[in-house]
Amino acid sequence: MGVKNRTWTGIPLVAGIAEGLIVASDEPLSLWGGLDPETGSVIDRRHSLVGIRVSGAVLSLPFGRGSCSASGVLLEAIHQNTAPAAFIVSEIDPIIGLGAILGDELLDRVVPVILMRDEDRRSIPAGIRVRIERDGLVKAV
Amino acid sequence: MLAGEAGEAPRLAMSILSRVAPLYRAASLIEVSRAHVDGCIYEGEAGLAFAERLAAAGGKVRVPTSLNVVSLDRARWSQLGQDATFADRARRLGEAYLAMGAKPSFTCAPYQTDESPAFGEQIAWSESNAVAFANSVIGARTNRYGDYLDISCAITGRAPAAGLHLSENRRGTHWFQIHGVSESLEERADFYPVLGYLLGSLCPSGIPVVDGLQRNPSDDDLKSLCAAAATSGAIALLHLVGVTPEASTLTEAFGGHVKPAARTISLAELQRTRRSLTTSSTYSLDVVAFGSPHSSLAECRELAALTRGRSAATGIQVFVTTSAAVRAIADRVGILAELERFGATVTADTCIAVAPLVKSGARVLMTNSAKYAHYGPGLIGVESVFGSTEECIESAVAGKVVVDSGAWE
Repeated sequence: MGVKNRTWTGIPLVAGIAEGLIVASDEPLSLWGGLDPETGSVIDRRHSLVGIRVSGAVLSLPFGRGSCSASGVLLEAIHQNTAPAAFIVSEIDPIIGLGAILGDELLDRVVPVILMRDEDRRSIPAGIRVRIERDGLVKAV
Repeated sequence: MLAGEAGEAPRLAMSILSRVAPLYRAASLIEVSRAHVDGCIYEGEAGLAFAERLAAAGGKVRVPTSLNVVSLDRARWSQLGQDATFADRARRLGEAYLAMGAKPSFTCAPYQTDESPAFGEQIAWSESNAVAFANSVIGARTNRYGDYLDISCAITGRAPAAGLHLSENRRGTHWFQIHGVSESLEERADFYPVLGYLLGSLCPSGIPVVDGLQRNPSDDDLKSLCAAAATSGAIALLHLVGVTPEASTLTEAFGGHVKPAARTISLAELQRTRRSLTTSSTYSLDVVAFGSPHSSLAECRELAALTRGRSAATGIQVFVTTSAAVRAIADRVGILAELERFGATVTADTCIAVAPLVKSGARVLMTNSAKYAHYGPGLIGVESVFGSTEECIESAVAGKVVVDSGAWE
């Protein structure tokens, strides 16, 4: 059974439209020291996604952790076109949300951030392509 | 402010603040009496453009505002071999924040300066270790304010009325009891970063309450504990029963509410955590670093005492990272000269995680800081070895990793 057209419902913390492949982890990630804005790759050696390029992907994480500089890293990644296309998180994460709001306010580029119940978020298979709608709907395409 | 009547800088700052406030579940804003800004770390062109845009628009901070580290040693960048183009951008970023009226503190340990807040004070602080220390050790009130919300709070003098600003959100959520740890282990300075790193991984988004400590940690112990907890997790507040100001008793730490079930922290778990901070598997060594968070004068004095009459092995880079204020006092009292005689480079304003100071080709960094050890592989491009201050000094002298963790095993 394919997942095409399957949908998941989330709440947009930062609303926008995006499409990309799901890259998922059950470990929180600090973008500072975790994401290289030059390459868009995960560089935290202690993280399961290390070495994976997340540019243009829909990054599914429980939440961000660690440094306050993470929002600045996300803004740089958006500026350099290396950022994920969107985030799906299971806890309200002001630092990732802030980075996305900064991208919108300062660069006029929206990276949606969707809040979703953890069990729903974890049920989205890694590697599938999804489209994110402004109302927070995530749809396999 | 949002309508732009106060000018473009307050409009932009208020626009960012009012869009982020709902993410903190805030229905309104509160006034804050001071700010600490982390956005002065150079992350790239977009952050520099933002700061220069605010400064060019005449943006001014409305409350006393301290600045975190910048990505250069402002007086010594050239002799430290920093690239001139990078140093220029890093300097411009710091200047933009100074032009907005922020103070040139340039430290990640603002709580050990005159900018430290008072108990109960509502503040808007950034820099995860400073947030954890201000909330936990001082009892000031702030959420974790990320880059560039920090300057937005400073310019507006406001923060979201939510989270740790409110009493009801400051009580503990998880209960940890330390068992089977000797008092002699607790006397070691390297006990605290290990405990903090474990707490952050066990309780990454909660408010841990720790009881069972047998002695009163020093300010520097609490500094390394908070920094480690805010590195492995997103901890912004923790309570140590009988130590921190909102936890004189276990009941107070939980705000009079029902306690959750206690989770034991064992010696074995602490030992595993300590080992996990080391990623290198060889004895080879290139760099030894102290000072994340920035070394206090007391820590510099201890390093001077441990290094007296000795010198680091040829080819080993030794860094002590601190603030210009502490470096100046260390200079006056002769500590700086002692550290330099040992072979240490004592930097001001910055640290090795935000400025490329480690020599290229370096493969292994040894440190007494859980934060440096954690970020070494990702941000500095080195394998890490975590050790006590004494082990770090012995290793610097020997030119290879020397381990003496008798008290731990």
